[in-house]
Amino acid sequence: MNPAPSDRELIDFVLRESRLIDQGRYEDWLELFADDGVYWMPLTPGQTDTRLQASLMLEDKLLLKIRVERLRGPRTFSQQPPSRSHHLLQVPTVESRDEASGVFHTHCAFHYVETRRDEQQLIAGWATHTLVATPEGLRIRLKRVDLVNCDAAFGNLQLFI
Amino acid sequence: MTRYTDRPDAVTALVRDTEIHKDCYVDDEVFRLEMAHLFANTWVYVGHASQVPQPGDYFATTVGDQAVIMVRHEDGSVRVLHNRCAHKGVQLVSDGTSGHTGRFFRCPYHAWTYRTDGSLLSMPLREGYAHPQFEACEATQGMGAVGAVEVYRDFVFCRLNPRGIGFAEFFGESLSTLDNMVDRSPEGRLEVAGGVFRYLHRCNWKMLVDNQTDTCHPMVAHQSSAGTAVRVWEEAPPGTPKPMAVEQFAPFVSPYEFFEKMGIRVWPHGHGHTGVSNSIHAAYSPIPGYWEAMEAAYGEEQARLILGEVRHNTVYFPNIMVKGPIQTLRLFKPLAADRTLVESWTFRLVGAPDALLERTITYNRLINAPTSVVGHDDLEVYERSQAGLRARGREWLNLARLYDPAERHQPTAVTNGTNEWQMRNQMRAWVHFMTASMPGGAYAPQASASSPTTSSTPPSAAQEQAV
Repeated sequence: MNPAPSDRELIDFVLRESRLIDQGRYEDWLELFADDGVYWMPLTPGQTDTRLQASLMLEDKLLLKIRVERLRGPRTFSQQPPSRSHHLLQVPTVESRDEASGVFHTHCAFHYVETRRDEQQLIAGWATHTLVATPEGLRIRLKRVDLVNCDAAFGNLQLFI
Repeated sequence: MTRYTDRPDAVTALVRDTEIHKDCYVDDEVFRLEMAHLFANTWVYVGHASQVPQPGDYFATTVGDQAVIMVRHEDGSVRVLHNRCAHKGVQLVSDGTSGHTGRFFRCPYHAWTYRTDGSLLSMPLREGYAHPQFEACEATQGMGAVGAVEVYRDFVFCRLNPRGIGFAEFFGESLSTLDNMVDRSPEGRLEVAGGVFRYLHRCNWKMLVDNQTDTCHPMVAHQSSAGTAVRVWEEAPPGTPKPMAVEQFAPFVSPYEFFEKMGIRVWPHGHGHTGVSNSIHAAYSPIPGYWEAMEAAYGEEQARLILGEVRHNTVYFPNIMVKGPIQTLRLFKPLAADRTLVESWTFRLVGAPDALLERTITYNRLINAPTSVVGHDDLEVYERSQAGLRARGREWLNLARLYDPAERHQPTAVTNGTNEWQMRNQMRAWVHFMTASMPGGAYAPQASASSPTTSSTPPSAAQEQAV
């Protein structure tokens, strides 16, 4: 049994997770998710229901993999030219540590920029990670992304916040 | 210089048998005329009565370029009023919001108040208006009402112009799609549920309408999304249960033959649907408890008929699309010649298991959200089209696929599922309703209509003119 991760390791994990997205290393990023990991972006502020309330994204690893493979596809015309992203993160805080079950929660405010051609959109919000300790290291069980304007009318949001 | 205003011949010339002039998509004057004529002469979707269940409940939205309030009046009827104070023009409630206003609307600027039928109730310092000149003012009529309102099985439509085609004539047999969606509820009732996706498109609203019966694009434009989904799924270990998402993505990349055979039906006045005999919604897994509830409500034979209807996309001209088997409604709100707000709404089948709403919401998220990979595919080609149509080398868009001159005399028909007939049908209706209130048209404004005395119809009376 590995020792429980320190707060510093949890924080570094969250920072690295966003960095992989901004570096376009989507396959490496996908590996950070546990096999039962979920990426959730609610449609309404304070949303608790994933089932009977719509979400902007509610993706298991299969759906995330489809997204990642699509981004590289030769006939993915909405990525010709490709989008790029930039995360500016507040230093994450460790919200809870359950060392017995190996489950940890972090919280992090962010500004996110997604750009393609001459267009650039700025979106702000908060990311909440549920991380689990595994023999292979930390993995994401849930990444929840709450946009401050989650109910606004958006154009295409094509990458991962 | 205006090229199309008050020139029905010039507008008519924009639509040939099998070609559409690019000005229909890129020209600002044509867009303004669409707002003034097309969206005023047709029956346009406003909202669903379940959004305003109690007297005083309201929902603020737009019809064409007109800000309106759909409100439940104290007599139980649904009214559609222009969102404008008669005093200084302030919008009484904020656009896009819903809520409960009680027995009256109160203006946030000077506190003029209006009953929920739009009639003027009171204002502060009322004695200041106790003179004959005020009695002659338009403001005494309160909030303006739209020309006519019709509530069909809880779907609320309005016609902005007081005169025009009746509701039943306009929609005719096409209402069978709404009927089928409602009948899929064991209680025969729908409720708006799950939340609405709002997706901004930088393209003309008609590109979205055209796309709804465009069965020759999925296997091309969606190869990147649905095609990838199928490929990734095929790599899963044998015996893995097929996820709902894959079940919903996969049919998008069906071959041409599938879409040819599913068929298209056209109706008069620009309405039509894909999926006559088969559709991408036909092969979803059964949901436990639903069939039993339907059989108990309707009997086995009727329940089979209701659920056997597999219609794919039904276009209600001008600007909604309804999917009966999956209970979604998409509203294409025109903002400018090159800007459209797409709202994708979902409905709960009252009395059915929650799993149906879950499936509906999953479909809406996967296909219609601004974060949807299918949506990304579509918006990319719409925006490229909006940009490409600025080219000077060509003037026309082509709608010639499977054209037959005899179709002009067939207002209702079933045809090959890849026929572009429904797109031609829409544009023929477009010409008709664009020119109907232009000079010489059936609903052209009468010469005397500019006199102030003829516009004194109170809002409540105008509402009752609904056909």
